[in-house]
Amino acid sequence: MKKQILTATAALALAGAAHASETIVIDGSTTVGPIAKAFAEYYMAANPEVNITVSESGSGNGAKAMVNGTCDVAIMSRPMKDSEFKAAADHGAQPVAHVVALDGLPILVHPSNPVQDLTVEQIRKIFLGEISNWSQVGGPNKEIVTISRDTNSGTYETFAGLVMNKEKIGEKCEYVGSNGAIRQRVQTTPAAIGYAGLGFVDKTVKALKVNGIYPSPETVQTGEYPIARPLFMYTNGYPKLGSSLYQFMTIHLTEDGQEMVEEIGFVPVTAY
Amino acid sequence: MSKKANTSLIMSDAASRQQRISSLLGQAILFLITSLSTITVFFIFYFILKDAIPFFKSEGFKEFFTTTRWYPSGSPAEFGALPIFVGTGLVTLGAIVVAVPLGIAASVCLSDLLPFNVRQIVKPVIEILAAIPSVAYGFFALVVFAPLLQNHGGAILSTGVWIVLGPIFALLTMVLGDLLLDKLRNTMSPKVATSIVFPILGTLSFLFLYRLSANLSGVEISSGTNALNVSIILGIMALPTVVSVAEDALQAAGRELREGSYALGATRAETIIKTIIPASVSGILAAVILGVMRAIGETMVVWMASGNAARIPEPWYNMLQPVRTLTATIAGDMGEADHVTGSSRFHVLFAMAFCLLAFSFIMNLISEIIVKRSRKKLGK
Repeated sequence: MKKQILTATAALALAGAAHASETIVIDGSTTVGPIAKAFAEYYMAANPEVNITVSESGSGNGAKAMVNGTCDVAIMSRPMKDSEFKAAADHGAQPVAHVVALDGLPILVHPSNPVQDLTVEQIRKIFLGEISNWSQVGGPNKEIVTISRDTNSGTYETFAGLVMNKEKIGEKCEYVGSNGAIRQRVQTTPAAIGYAGLGFVDKTVKALKVNGIYPSPETVQTGEYPIARPLFMYTNGYPKLGSSLYQFMTIHLTEDGQEMVEEIGFVPVTAY
Repeated sequence: MSKKANTSLIMSDAASRQQRISSLLGQAILFLITSLSTITVFFIFYFILKDAIPFFKSEGFKEFFTTTRWYPSGSPAEFGALPIFVGTGLVTLGAIVVAVPLGIAASVCLSDLLPFNVRQIVKPVIEILAAIPSVAYGFFALVVFAPLLQNHGGAILSTGVWIVLGPIFALLTMVLGDLLLDKLRNTMSPKVATSIVFPILGTLSFLFLYRLSANLSGVEISSGTNALNVSIILGIMALPTVVSVAEDALQAAGRELREGSYALGATRAETIIKTIIPASVSGILAAVILGVMRAIGETMVVWMASGNAARIPEPWYNMLQPVRTLTATIAGDMGEADHVTGSSRFHVLFAMAFCLLAFSFIMNLISEIIVKRSRKKLGK
C-alpha cells in the first residue's frame, strides 16, 4: 500500500517536472547542501521560470529519495552504496554521479605545538587512544586532547571513513557541535588535536602536514592530501542535453560555479 | 431615584439565568485550559514511553544500564549508557557541592544577617542569575572559562577552595567556638575563653584550607571542557533557585521562633544553627532538590562545555576529565537519529529521556512531600 502511494507521488512529481514551469527537487547531504543552495539561487536568478527546492536530510535520505523518484538530484557527501544502486535499479532508476566539488579535512593543533607532520596512521592511533601523549609523536610531554565533530555531521563521517577506517574513535575523545567550536577549542587548548573543513583554517590554529603534505586547495585537488573526498550530486540518468537540469548540473564547471564552491570553503574539481 | 437603584440591583429571571450560564461557561473554559496542561504531562509520558519501549524490547536492559561502550552510530552499534549516567550524576553532584553551601549560606545571610533594605537589593540581583539564558552560560563556559581552567587551573582550584569552603569553615568556627564557650563558662571567665578559643579554631581551619589550596595549586588541567567546568557553571545557574526557596523557608520560620530563642539567652549563631535551620530544614531540602533538578535538566551548557566524552572518568570522581550527560546526548544525537526513525539509535534517545523524566518526576514528588510535611510541622 505504502509503496503504491510512493510510486503514485513519484509519478506525479515526474509529471510535474515535465511541465513548462519546471521544478527541480534536490535532497540529501547537509555538507553538499550549501553548494546546491548557492547553485539553485544562482540558477533561479537567471531562469525565474525554474523553481528549485533544496532539502537537507542527509546523504542516506538523498539516496532513498532518488530510489523512490521523489527527487531529481540526490546530493551526497559519499558515493552511493551497492545496496542503494541495487534498490535504484529495482525501481527503474539509473543513478549517474556528478562530482561537483572536493572537500579536504585539515588536522588542527594549537599554534604552540611543535609537531609539524603526522601520518594518517598516527592520527588514527591518536584518535583511537593508542597514542595518548604528544611526546610519542615528537611533541612536548603533554596528554593529547582529541576533539571530534559530533557523530551527526558529514565531517565526522568523512573522518571516520578516511582516517579511522571504520574503527571506533576512543572513549576519551571530546565531541563538539560545529566546525567553529572545534577551532575555538583547539586555539585555546595547547594539547588539543581536532579536524575541520578547509575553510576553517586561520592564523589562530595550525594545520598539520599529513603524510608530508600540507592541506591546501591545490593538494586536495591533486589528490596528494590524503584526507579529502569528492562531493557528489546524483541524477537519474544523464540529464537531457540542453534541459534545465542539464544546465543546473553543469554550473560547477563554469567559472561562476567554481567561485561559489570556493566561497563556501570547498575545492573546485577543475583548476581555472 | 431610589426606585431606579432598586430595580437595577434585582435582576430579572432571564438575566440571572444568563449570568449563571456565562459563569458556568467561564468556569468550564478555565477548567479545560487547566486540564490541558495536566493532560500534556500525561501525553509527554505516554509518547516518550511509546518510543522508549521498542529500544528495551530489541536491545534489552542489560547493555544499556551496565556496559560502558557508547557507539550508537558504529557497526555493530553499542548502546552502553553507563558512562552517560555516571557523567550526569557526577556533574549534578558537582553542581550540588557548589550550589548548596553557597546557596544556604547566602539565604541565611539574606534572611537573618543583612538589614532589610540591603536584602531588598541583594535578592533581586541574585535572582537575575536565573534570567540569563543558558546558551550565554554555555558560551562563557566554552570560550572564557575552559581556557582559564587550562591556563590557570591550579590557581583557580585553590581560590575555589577558599571561596566555597572558606565561608563554611568560618561558620563552623563561629558555631564551634560558641558551643565551646558554653562548655567553658564554668571553668574560666568568658573574656579569657573568647580570646583563647577563637584564635585557635581560626588558625586550625586556616591552616587546613591553606594546606588544601597549596596542594591543589600544583594541579594541571589538560582539557578545560570537563566535569568541573560544567559543575561550577551549573552550580551558579542553580544558585538563584536554591537561595530563593531556602530564603523563603528561613523567613517562614517566623519572628516568634527567633525571639523565643533570643529570650532563652541563645546567641545569634545558636539561634540560626540550632533553631532556625532545623525549623526550616524541609524547606531547605526542597530548595536543594529544585536546584538539583535545574542542574540535571540543563542541556545547552553541558552540550557546549562538558567535552561529551562517553567515558567514566578515572577514578570515577575525577572532575577534571570530560564527561557526557543524558541531556547533551539526546540533544546532540537527535539530528542524525531522526533520519533513521524506527532504529535502535532513535529509540535509545527516548529511553534516556524516559530515565530523565522518571528521575525528575520522583525528585519532584519527594520535594512535594517534604514541603507538605514542613507545612504541617509549622502548623500552616
